[in-house]
Amino acid sequence: MFESSTTNIVLLIVILVLLSGGIVFLRNRRTKSAAAGSAGAAATTESAMGATGSAWAGPDSETLEPAKSDELGAGPTAEPDEVTVKERAGRTRSLFASAFQSIRGRGSIDAGTWEELEETLLRADIGIGLTTRLLDPLRAAAKAGTIRTPDDAINALREAMTAQLTTTDRSLHLDADKKPNVWLFVGVNGVGKTTTIGKIGTAQTALGTTVLMAAGDTFRAAAAEQLLVWAERCGAAYVRGAEGGDPASVIFDGIQSASAKGIDLVLGDTAGRLQNKSNLMEELKKVRRVADKAEGTVNEVLLVIDATTGQNGLSQAREFAAATDVTGVVLTKLDGSAKGGIVFAIETDLGIPVKLVGLGEGAHDLVVFDPAEYVSALFE
Amino acid sequence: MFDSLGDRLQGIVKRLKGKGRLTEADVDEVMSEIRTALLEADVNIGVVRDVVARIREQAVGATVSEALDPSQQIIKIVNAELVAMLGGETLKITYASQPPTVVLMAGLQGSGKTTSAAKLARWFKSQGRQPILIGADLQRPAAVEQLRTLGNQISVPVFSEPGDPVATARRGLEEAKRLGKDVVIVDTAGRLAIDEEMMRQVADISTTVKPNYTFLVVDAMTGQDAVSVADAFHQRLSIDGVILSKLDGDARGGAALSVKTVIGRPIAFAATGEKIDAFEQFHPDRMAGRILGMGDMLTLIEQAEKVFEQDKAEEAAQRMLEGQFTLEDFLEQLQQLKKMGPLSGIMGMLPGMPKEMKNAQIGDDQVKVTEAIIRSMTLEERRDPSIINGSRRSRIAKGSGTEVADINRLVKQFTEMQKMMKKMGGLAKPQGRGGKGKPGKINKRQAMQQLGDMFGGQGGIPGLPGADGSPGLPPFFK
Repeated sequence: MFESSTTNIVLLIVILVLLSGGIVFLRNRRTKSAAAGSAGAAATTESAMGATGSAWAGPDSETLEPAKSDELGAGPTAEPDEVTVKERAGRTRSLFASAFQSIRGRGSIDAGTWEELEETLLRADIGIGLTTRLLDPLRAAAKAGTIRTPDDAINALREAMTAQLTTTDRSLHLDADKKPNVWLFVGVNGVGKTTTIGKIGTAQTALGTTVLMAAGDTFRAAAAEQLLVWAERCGAAYVRGAEGGDPASVIFDGIQSASAKGIDLVLGDTAGRLQNKSNLMEELKKVRRVADKAEGTVNEVLLVIDATTGQNGLSQAREFAAATDVTGVVLTKLDGSAKGGIVFAIETDLGIPVKLVGLGEGAHDLVVFDPAEYVSALFE
Repeated sequence: MFDSLGDRLQGIVKRLKGKGRLTEADVDEVMSEIRTALLEADVNIGVVRDVVARIREQAVGATVSEALDPSQQIIKIVNAELVAMLGGETLKITYASQPPTVVLMAGLQGSGKTTSAAKLARWFKSQGRQPILIGADLQRPAAVEQLRTLGNQISVPVFSEPGDPVATARRGLEEAKRLGKDVVIVDTAGRLAIDEEMMRQVADISTTVKPNYTFLVVDAMTGQDAVSVADAFHQRLSIDGVILSKLDGDARGGAALSVKTVIGRPIAFAATGEKIDAFEQFHPDRMAGRILGMGDMLTLIEQAEKVFEQDKAEEAAQRMLEGQFTLEDFLEQLQQLKKMGPLSGIMGMLPGMPKEMKNAQIGDDQVKVTEAIIRSMTLEERRDPSIINGSRRSRIAKGSGTEVADINRLVKQFTEMQKMMKKMGGLAKPQGRGGKGKPGKINKRQAMQQLGDMFGGQGGIPGLPGADGSPGLPPFFK
């Protein structure tokens, strides 16, 4: 089937991998304690960052302030002032609700109840691992008699799911003393990074923040033009480089330019990249390093994840976090039929909070993530 | 990284080995592992139920063959089932007797329609056709510019005009006829399947251009929702085939199976990279292995062929088998290997790597340490590590910023590897393949087994059973 030369090469690869892997394998055991030490240090920095003030809409407000005049895109017009997950995600037939109806219809808890609950969670992309972790204690409680009716089970599940999303600080950090603030946007291809920047830019300029958009996606054809359209719509300053140029230098120039002009906030776009492309992830690390060197403060690195993403979302979060110290997740396209359940695993397993949710094409359809509301949108 | 089906089955299989026949309970346990593996690959739960039921039918009462490892027997059944489900009829493009042949692209936002449209145009061009692209995505800012740029790269004309997407599509089709183009590819805006207004618009475009082929572009990373999306688009547009995008990522791609099952239309193409020529016809067998996490040997080979300098690599492999492989060769080949991506990714593509190896965090940072150590050696030391004495050791450790123990470990492992290679090279003789085996060719199966033993202690590299049921041979080693 294959040339023997190919066989040899694969054999060579195997040996290279094994050899380097084998060495590493042994090394690992030794370096574990050192790693634990540095993790502690990282936690300290985190809390320091949490202390920075937030100019984002306060905890009492659910939404970004919509831009008054700017109806964005050819998207649906005449949006209500308040956009909620419940409303938008509720446009699809509620998958949980219909399943729960059938579960309640059983009258008592039996094997079928658990099967249906499990299936419901799986369909929301919560993943088999977390689903099992959520349901096992409930099963035990049912055995022990603390959960008696289907309603008990559903309520307990709801509590357990809300308890998965415990991060309290979901604000985006904007510090008046550290101008320009820099927010970088990273993620795989097609998740909506540029659109998210457009929406955030619109919301921030409406709040009176001065914004500069830096077109760090120098790879995809016309990505810079796409961002320019957004910059013009919301009156943000704009910096771009040559197509195919060095993204790090575009971001650097953007920050320097913002610093010179006294602009409050730099929104740095980056090209979409699959997390298993090591060269592209290296490029992203460089963007982050170089951004840190410019005269600004990188205080948000937002990972944009598409709500339709399945279990690969966890791998995305892990790899991007490793490359750029992601500070939060923006979950986009939640207005479709997808439920975005992968964010549970991302927040629980990796500790990366979901900060914003995209619920439509309009600029004010990007709202602060409210876990209680999200869970209730799933359940009702 | 999730466990592959092979890893999952290993524990159960140990107990099954002594048994002659699988009992109902055994089968239950096995089915539950298969179910988990499929769910982790994002196969839709409804489809999973269906697959598991089919496999159960074949498995109950199946005799456990003495010759075959039961886990491989099971994997073989599952694999064959998935290939059958993913494959079946393939899409053969027949061109319209009255040109142009019209192709309509549809899908969610960000699934990769515009890029796929350009890639498809390039593919048609390579088939000797004269395609034209129509940019009917007037929604996303600069989508048409993107299409124009891509069109330029592949020298395919792009038609678009602002205003109404339906009118643009119609005018584009007229333009194509005027220019005598024989393939027209219409790119449309991404839309949510539940957006009634937008779905009506794409249906209008479809009735206007009367496509010969309507392709649904599906992101390989899509989760459970792939089913409802595919179903909604299919009801509205009658999909002819699926284009699976972003298959060069590390997603298992269970969505492919879900979509294929739900709409019953073949997966026609797969986009396997960012470059415009990274677009190929779909291989169900590769996809099946990938969904099961069984590695993707063919992709690995293709990647290897791209980055390795064939001659040099072959030479190195030869030297390795003769026990002449030096640390210098190792360093050189490692540079090539690094171009293939993170080691953990490569590892994932190797079928049946022992679980311990897969779970070991193989960071590329740590590979750097190995490199640093070798680079801190003199050429003489690299060629013959046995001359490395105490003072050389501490010099190398200082030079590479490591400890003497690290140097010892590397040298020891390397020497062991070298010894083993020599032994493997010694196996080089025809191994009953009807005399086809040339002298100098080693028995690779045995070699792999030894490698597996050395590192994982899991008893070799199981891989996928061959079509003839021969145990544990990755298809590649046939």
